[in-house]
Amino acid sequence: MTRSVIELTPTIEDRRIARQAASAIALTVAEAAIPLPLPGIKPGLANIVTLVVLARWGWRAAAWVSLLRVFAASLLLGQFLAPGFFFGLAGALASLVALGAAACLPRRWFGPVSQSIFAAFAHIGAQLAVARLWLVPHDGVFYLVPVFAAAAAVFGLVNGLAAAALLRQTPPSGRPGVCAAAGDDSSRL
Amino acid sequence: MRLAGAWRGLLLPGDVLVVAAGVAFCIYAGLHLWRGGVPDGIVVRAGGQVFAQGDLSHPRKLIVPGPLGETVIEIEPGRARVALDPGPRQYCVRQGWLTRAGAAAICAPNQVSLTLTGRGGEYDSLSY
Repeated sequence: MTRSVIELTPTIEDRRIARQAASAIALTVAEAAIPLPLPGIKPGLANIVTLVVLARWGWRAAAWVSLLRVFAASLLLGQFLAPGFFFGLAGALASLVALGAAACLPRRWFGPVSQSIFAAFAHIGAQLAVARLWLVPHDGVFYLVPVFAAAAAVFGLVNGLAAAALLRQTPPSGRPGVCAAAGDDSSRL
Repeated sequence: MRLAGAWRGLLLPGDVLVVAAGVAFCIYAGLHLWRGGVPDGIVVRAGGQVFAQGDLSHPRKLIVPGPLGETVIEIEPGRARVALDPGPRQYCVRQGWLTRAGAAAICAPNQVSLTLTGRGGEYDSLSY
Protein backbone atom coordinates (compact mmCIF):
# COMPACT_ATOMS: atom_id res chain seq x y z
CA MET A 1 0.00 0.00 0.00
CA THR A 2 1.45 3.32 -1.04
CA ARG A 3 1.37 6.04 1.50
CA SER A 4 -0.37 9.15 0.36
CA VAL A 5 1.90 12.17 0.13
CA ILE A 6 -1.00 14.59 0.30
CA GLU A 7 -1.79 15.49 3.83
CA LEU A 8 -4.59 17.86 4.74
CA THR A 9 -4.47 19.25 8.21
CA PRO A 10 -7.83 20.64 9.18
CA THR A 11 -7.68 23.77 11.26
CA ILE A 12 -9.81 24.33 14.33
CA GLU A 13 -12.07 26.47 12.20
CA ASP A 14 -12.45 23.67 9.64
CA ARG A 15 -13.49 21.25 12.37
CA ARG A 16 -15.94 23.74 13.82
CA ILE A 17 -17.55 24.39 10.43
CA ALA A 18 -17.72 20.65 9.76
CA ARG A 19 -19.47 20.13 13.07
CA GLN A 20 -21.95 22.92 12.38
CA ALA A 21 -22.56 21.68 8.83
CA ALA A 22 -23.14 18.18 10.22
CA SER A 23 -25.92 19.42 12.49
CA ALA A 24 -27.47 21.33 9.57
CA ILE A 25 -27.28 18.18 7.40
CA ALA A 26 -28.89 16.11 10.16
CA LEU A 27 -31.77 18.59 10.38
CA THR A 28 -32.24 18.53 6.59
CA VAL A 29 -32.29 14.74 6.47
CA ALA A 30 -34.70 14.53 9.41
CA GLU A 31 -36.94 17.13 7.79
CA ALA A 32 -37.03 15.11 4.55
CA ALA A 33 -39.12 12.54 6.42
CA ILE A 34 -41.93 15.04 7.04
CA PRO A 35 -44.70 14.70 4.45
CA LEU A 36 -45.32 18.03 2.75
CA PRO A 37 -48.31 19.23 0.78
CA LEU A 38 -46.48 20.95 -2.04
CA PRO A 39 -43.01 20.40 -3.49
CA GLY A 40 -40.76 23.30 -2.61
CA ILE A 41 -42.37 24.02 0.74
CA LYS A 42 -40.50 22.79 3.78
CA PRO A 43 -39.62 24.23 7.17
CA GLY A 44 -35.91 24.61 6.39
CA LEU A 45 -34.85 23.81 9.95
CA ALA A 46 -31.20 23.74 8.87
CA ASN A 47 -31.42 27.50 8.55
CA ILE A 48 -31.57 27.73 12.33
CA VAL A 49 -27.96 26.50 12.29
CA THR A 50 -27.06 29.01 9.57
CA LEU A 51 -28.58 31.86 11.60
CA VAL A 52 -26.74 30.90 14.78
CA VAL A 53 -23.44 30.54 12.90
CA LEU A 54 -24.04 33.90 11.25
CA ALA A 55 -24.55 35.60 14.61
CA ARG A 56 -21.59 33.90 16.29
CA TRP A 57 -18.98 33.49 13.56
CA GLY A 58 -19.90 35.83 10.76
CA TRP A 59 -21.13 35.59 7.22
CA ARG A 60 -18.26 33.58 5.74
CA ALA A 61 -18.73 30.71 8.19
CA ALA A 62 -22.51 30.82 7.60
CA ALA A 63 -21.92 30.56 3.84
CA TRP A 64 -19.67 27.53 4.32
CA VAL A 65 -22.21 25.80 6.57
CA SER A 66 -25.12 26.58 4.27
CA LEU A 67 -23.46 25.46 1.04
CA LEU A 68 -21.86 22.35 2.56
CA ARG A 69 -25.31 21.45 3.82
CA VAL A 70 -26.88 21.87 0.36
CA PHE A 71 -24.30 19.62 -1.31
CA ALA A 72 -23.98 16.98 1.41
CA ALA A 73 -27.69 16.70 2.18
CA SER A 74 -28.54 16.34 -1.51
CA LEU A 75 -25.94 13.55 -1.81
CA LEU A 76 -27.39 11.79 1.23
CA LEU A 77 -30.96 12.10 -0.05
CA GLY A 78 -30.06 11.08 -3.61
CA GLN A 79 -31.06 14.48 -4.93
CA PHE A 80 -27.66 15.67 -6.12
CA LEU A 81 -28.03 17.43 -9.52
CA ALA A 82 -31.77 16.66 -9.53
CA PRO A 83 -34.13 19.64 -9.89
CA GLY A 84 -34.57 19.82 -6.13
CA PHE A 85 -30.85 20.32 -5.71
CA PHE A 86 -30.81 23.34 -8.00
CA PHE A 87 -33.79 24.83 -6.17
CA GLY A 88 -31.97 24.33 -2.90
CA LEU A 89 -28.72 25.76 -4.23
CA ALA A 90 -30.37 28.83 -5.78
CA GLY A 91 -32.37 29.36 -2.59
CA ALA A 92 -29.31 28.99 -0.39
CA LEU A 93 -27.27 31.47 -2.47
CA ALA A 94 -30.08 34.03 -2.47
CA SER A 95 -30.60 33.53 1.26
CA LEU A 96 -26.91 34.13 1.92
CA VAL A 97 -27.01 37.39 -0.02
CA ALA A 98 -30.11 38.43 1.95
CA LEU A 99 -28.48 37.40 5.23
CA GLY A 100 -25.38 39.42 4.38
CA ALA A 101 -27.55 42.48 3.83
CA ALA A 102 -29.87 41.85 6.80
CA ALA A 103 -26.93 41.39 9.16
CA CYS A 104 -25.94 45.01 8.47
CA LEU A 105 -29.26 46.31 9.83
CA PRO A 106 -29.01 47.95 13.25
CA ARG A 107 -28.80 45.13 15.79
CA ARG A 108 -30.75 47.05 18.40
CA TRP A 109 -33.85 46.81 16.24
CA PHE A 110 -33.42 43.80 13.99
CA GLY A 111 -32.59 40.37 15.36
CA PRO A 112 -32.40 36.82 14.01
CA VAL A 113 -36.14 36.83 13.25
CA SER A 114 -35.72 39.63 10.69
CA GLN A 115 -32.73 37.92 9.16
CA SER A 116 -34.63 34.64 8.99
CA ILE A 117 -37.63 36.19 7.27
CA PHE A 118 -35.50 38.07 4.74
CA ALA A 119 -33.60 34.86 4.00
CA ALA A 120 -36.82 32.86 3.66
CA PHE A 121 -38.31 35.33 1.18
CA ALA A 122 -35.03 35.43 -0.78
CA HIS A 123 -35.14 31.62 -0.82
CA ILE A 124 -38.62 31.37 -2.30
CA GLY A 125 -37.82 34.21 -4.72
CA ALA A 126 -34.84 32.33 -6.10
CA GLN A 127 -36.78 29.07 -6.20
CA LEU A 128 -39.59 30.69 -8.16
CA ALA A 129 -37.11 32.34 -10.53
CA VAL A 130 -35.45 28.97 -11.24
CA ALA A 131 -38.85 27.32 -11.66
CA ARG A 132 -40.07 30.03 -14.03
CA LEU A 133 -36.88 30.13 -16.12
CA TRP A 134 -36.16 26.43 -16.28
CA LEU A 135 -38.73 23.89 -15.14
CA VAL A 136 -42.10 25.54 -15.69
CA PRO A 137 -41.60 28.24 -18.31
CA HIS A 138 -45.07 29.62 -17.82
CA ASP A 139 -46.46 32.43 -15.70
CA GLY A 140 -48.76 29.91 -14.04
CA VAL A 141 -45.96 29.33 -11.51
CA PHE A 142 -46.74 32.68 -9.99
CA TYR A 143 -50.16 31.39 -9.02
CA LEU A 144 -48.33 29.66 -6.17
CA VAL A 145 -46.61 32.83 -4.94
CA PRO A 146 -49.09 33.43 -2.06
CA VAL A 147 -48.62 29.85 -0.80
CA PHE A 148 -44.83 30.11 -0.94
CA ALA A 149 -44.89 33.56 0.63
CA ALA A 150 -47.08 32.35 3.49
CA ALA A 151 -44.72 29.42 4.06
CA ALA A 152 -41.75 31.79 4.04
CA ALA A 153 -43.39 34.10 6.57
CA VAL A 154 -44.40 31.28 8.93
CA PHE A 155 -41.24 29.18 8.74
CA GLY A 156 -39.04 32.27 8.66
CA LEU A 157 -40.65 33.41 11.91
CA VAL A 158 -40.41 29.98 13.55
CA ASN A 159 -36.78 29.40 12.55
CA GLY A 160 -35.85 32.93 13.55
CA LEU A 161 -37.45 32.48 16.98
CA ALA A 162 -35.62 29.17 17.43
CA ALA A 163 -32.30 30.78 16.49
CA ALA A 164 -32.99 33.75 18.79
CA ALA A 165 -33.77 31.36 21.66
CA LEU A 166 -30.54 29.42 21.08
CA LEU A 167 -28.52 32.62 20.88
CA ARG A 168 -30.09 33.88 24.08
CA GLN A 169 -28.98 30.75 25.94
CA THR A 170 -25.37 31.36 24.93
CA PRO A 171 -25.05 34.91 23.65
CA PRO A 172 -22.51 35.64 20.88
CA SER A 173 -19.06 36.56 22.12
CA GLY A 174 -18.10 40.21 22.28
CA ARG A 175 -17.82 40.68 18.56
CA PRO A 176 -18.71 44.15 17.31
CA GLY A 177 -21.56 42.79 15.22
CA VAL A 178 -22.11 40.39 12.37
CA CYS A 179 -21.72 43.00 9.70
CA ALA A 180 -18.33 44.12 10.95
CA ALA A 181 -17.30 40.54 11.65
CA ALA A 182 -18.16 39.58 8.07
CA GLY A 183 -16.04 42.46 6.88
CA ASP A 184 -13.14 41.21 8.99
CA ASP A 185 -13.51 37.75 7.54
CA SER A 186 -13.47 38.90 3.96
CA SER A 187 -10.45 41.09 4.53
CA ARG A 188 -8.61 38.01 5.81
CA LEU A 189 -9.23 36.09 2.59
CA MET B 1 -49.22 32.69 28.68
CA ARG B 2 -45.73 32.70 30.18
CA LEU B 3 -44.50 30.68 27.22
CA ALA B 4 -45.98 33.17 24.75
CA GLY B 5 -44.36 35.98 26.70
CA ALA B 6 -41.00 34.23 26.52
CA TRP B 7 -41.25 33.89 22.74
CA ARG B 8 -42.33 37.50 22.40
CA GLY B 9 -39.24 38.54 24.31
CA LEU B 10 -37.16 37.22 21.42
CA LEU B 11 -38.70 39.69 18.99
CA LEU B 12 -37.11 43.10 18.60
CA PRO B 13 -39.25 46.05 17.42
CA GLY B 14 -37.80 45.84 13.91
CA ASP B 15 -38.56 42.13 13.82
CA VAL B 16 -42.23 42.84 14.43
CA LEU B 17 -42.18 45.24 11.47
CA VAL B 18 -40.49 42.66 9.25
CA VAL B 19 -42.99 39.97 10.25
CA ALA B 20 -45.86 42.39 9.54
CA ALA B 21 -44.35 43.26 6.15
CA GLY B 22 -44.05 39.56 5.32
CA VAL B 23 -47.68 38.91 6.24
CA ALA B 24 -48.76 42.01 4.30
CA PHE B 25 -46.90 40.73 1.24
CA CYS B 26 -48.70 37.37 1.54
CA ILE B 27 -52.09 39.08 1.71
CA TYR B 28 -51.24 41.40 -1.18
CA ALA B 29 -49.99 38.50 -3.30
CA GLY B 30 -53.10 36.48 -2.50
CA LEU B 31 -55.49 39.28 -3.39
CA HIS B 32 -53.55 40.26 -6.50
CA LEU B 33 -52.78 36.83 -7.93
CA TRP B 34 -55.89 34.91 -6.90
CA ARG B 35 -58.35 37.33 -8.40
CA GLY B 36 -59.23 34.67 -10.96
CA GLY B 37 -62.64 34.94 -12.51
CA VAL B 38 -63.27 38.64 -11.98
CA PRO B 39 -64.14 40.05 -15.41
CA ASP B 40 -62.60 43.31 -16.57
CA GLY B 41 -64.27 43.89 -19.94
CA ILE B 42 -66.69 42.70 -22.60
CA VAL B 43 -66.49 41.81 -26.26
CA VAL B 44 -69.63 41.87 -28.36
CA ARG B 45 -69.55 40.16 -31.73
CA ALA B 46 -72.12 40.41 -34.50
CA GLY B 47 -71.97 38.28 -37.62
CA GLY B 48 -68.48 37.09 -36.64
CA GLN B 49 -67.06 40.62 -36.45
CA VAL B 50 -66.22 42.46 -33.24
CA PHE B 51 -69.03 44.95 -32.81
CA ALA B 52 -68.01 46.54 -29.52
CA GLN B 53 -65.37 46.19 -26.84
CA GLY B 54 -65.32 47.94 -23.51
CA ASP B 55 -64.97 47.83 -19.77
CA LEU B 56 -67.52 46.96 -17.12
CA SER B 57 -67.09 50.08 -15.07
CA HIS B 58 -70.26 52.03 -15.85
CA PRO B 59 -73.81 50.90 -16.63
CA ARG B 60 -75.02 51.27 -20.22
CA LYS B 61 -76.96 49.50 -22.95
CA LEU B 62 -75.73 48.40 -26.36
CA ILE B 63 -78.06 47.83 -29.29
CA VAL B 64 -76.59 45.33 -31.72
CA PRO B 65 -78.24 44.84 -35.13
CA GLY B 66 -78.46 41.33 -36.54
CA PRO B 67 -80.31 39.51 -39.35
CA LEU B 68 -83.46 39.00 -37.20
CA GLY B 69 -83.50 42.39 -35.52
CA GLU B 70 -81.89 44.16 -32.62
CA THR B 71 -80.24 42.44 -29.64
CA VAL B 72 -79.97 44.61 -26.51
CA ILE B 73 -76.99 44.05 -24.25
CA GLU B 74 -77.08 45.53 -20.77
CA ILE B 75 -73.87 46.27 -18.91
CA GLU B 76 -73.53 47.00 -15.20
CA PRO B 77 -70.40 47.29 -13.07
CA GLY B 78 -68.90 43.80 -12.91
CA ARG B 79 -71.56 42.03 -14.99
CA ALA B 80 -73.37 42.01 -18.31
CA ARG B 81 -76.35 40.23 -19.90
CA VAL B 82 -78.36 39.96 -23.03
CA ALA B 83 -81.52 41.86 -22.08
CA LEU B 84 -83.52 41.40 -25.28
CA ASP B 85 -83.07 39.22 -28.33
CA PRO B 86 -85.34 38.45 -31.27
CA GLY B 87 -84.27 34.78 -31.40
CA PRO B 88 -87.01 32.14 -31.06
CA ARG B 89 -85.66 30.20 -28.06
CA GLN B 90 -84.15 33.01 -25.97
CA TYR B 91 -81.27 30.88 -24.65
CA CYS B 92 -78.89 33.82 -24.40
CA VAL B 93 -81.46 35.95 -22.57
CA ARG B 94 -82.28 33.17 -20.10
CA GLN B 95 -78.62 32.83 -19.17
CA GLY B 96 -79.11 35.98 -17.17
CA TRP B 97 -76.24 38.01 -15.81
CA LEU B 98 -72.73 36.88 -16.74
CA THR B 99 -70.29 37.53 -13.89
CA ARG B 100 -67.18 35.44 -14.56
CA ALA B 101 -64.23 36.05 -16.86
CA GLY B 102 -64.60 33.82 -19.90
CA ALA B 103 -68.38 33.51 -19.64
CA ALA B 104 -70.23 33.90 -22.93
CA ALA B 105 -73.84 34.23 -24.06
CA ILE B 106 -74.43 33.34 -27.69
CA CYS B 107 -77.57 34.39 -29.53
CA ALA B 108 -77.02 32.13 -32.52
CA PRO B 109 -80.13 33.01 -34.57
CA ASN B 110 -79.28 36.72 -34.51
CA GLN B 111 -75.52 36.00 -34.82
CA VAL B 112 -74.67 38.03 -31.72
CA SER B 113 -72.40 36.95 -28.90
CA LEU B 114 -71.40 38.53 -25.61
CA THR B 115 -68.16 37.48 -23.89
CA LEU B 116 -66.66 38.66 -20.63
CA THR B 117 -62.90 39.05 -20.72
CA GLY B 118 -60.52 38.92 -17.80
CA ARG B 119 -57.20 37.58 -16.62
CA GLY B 120 -56.85 34.31 -14.81
CA GLY B 121 -60.31 32.96 -15.48
CA GLU B 122 -60.89 29.35 -14.58
CA TYR B 123 -62.10 28.59 -18.08
CA ASP B 124 -61.13 29.61 -21.57
CA SER B 125 -64.81 29.95 -22.27
CA LEU B 126 -67.99 29.19 -20.40
CA SER B 127 -71.45 28.78 -21.90
CA TYR B 128 -74.62 26.96 -21.07
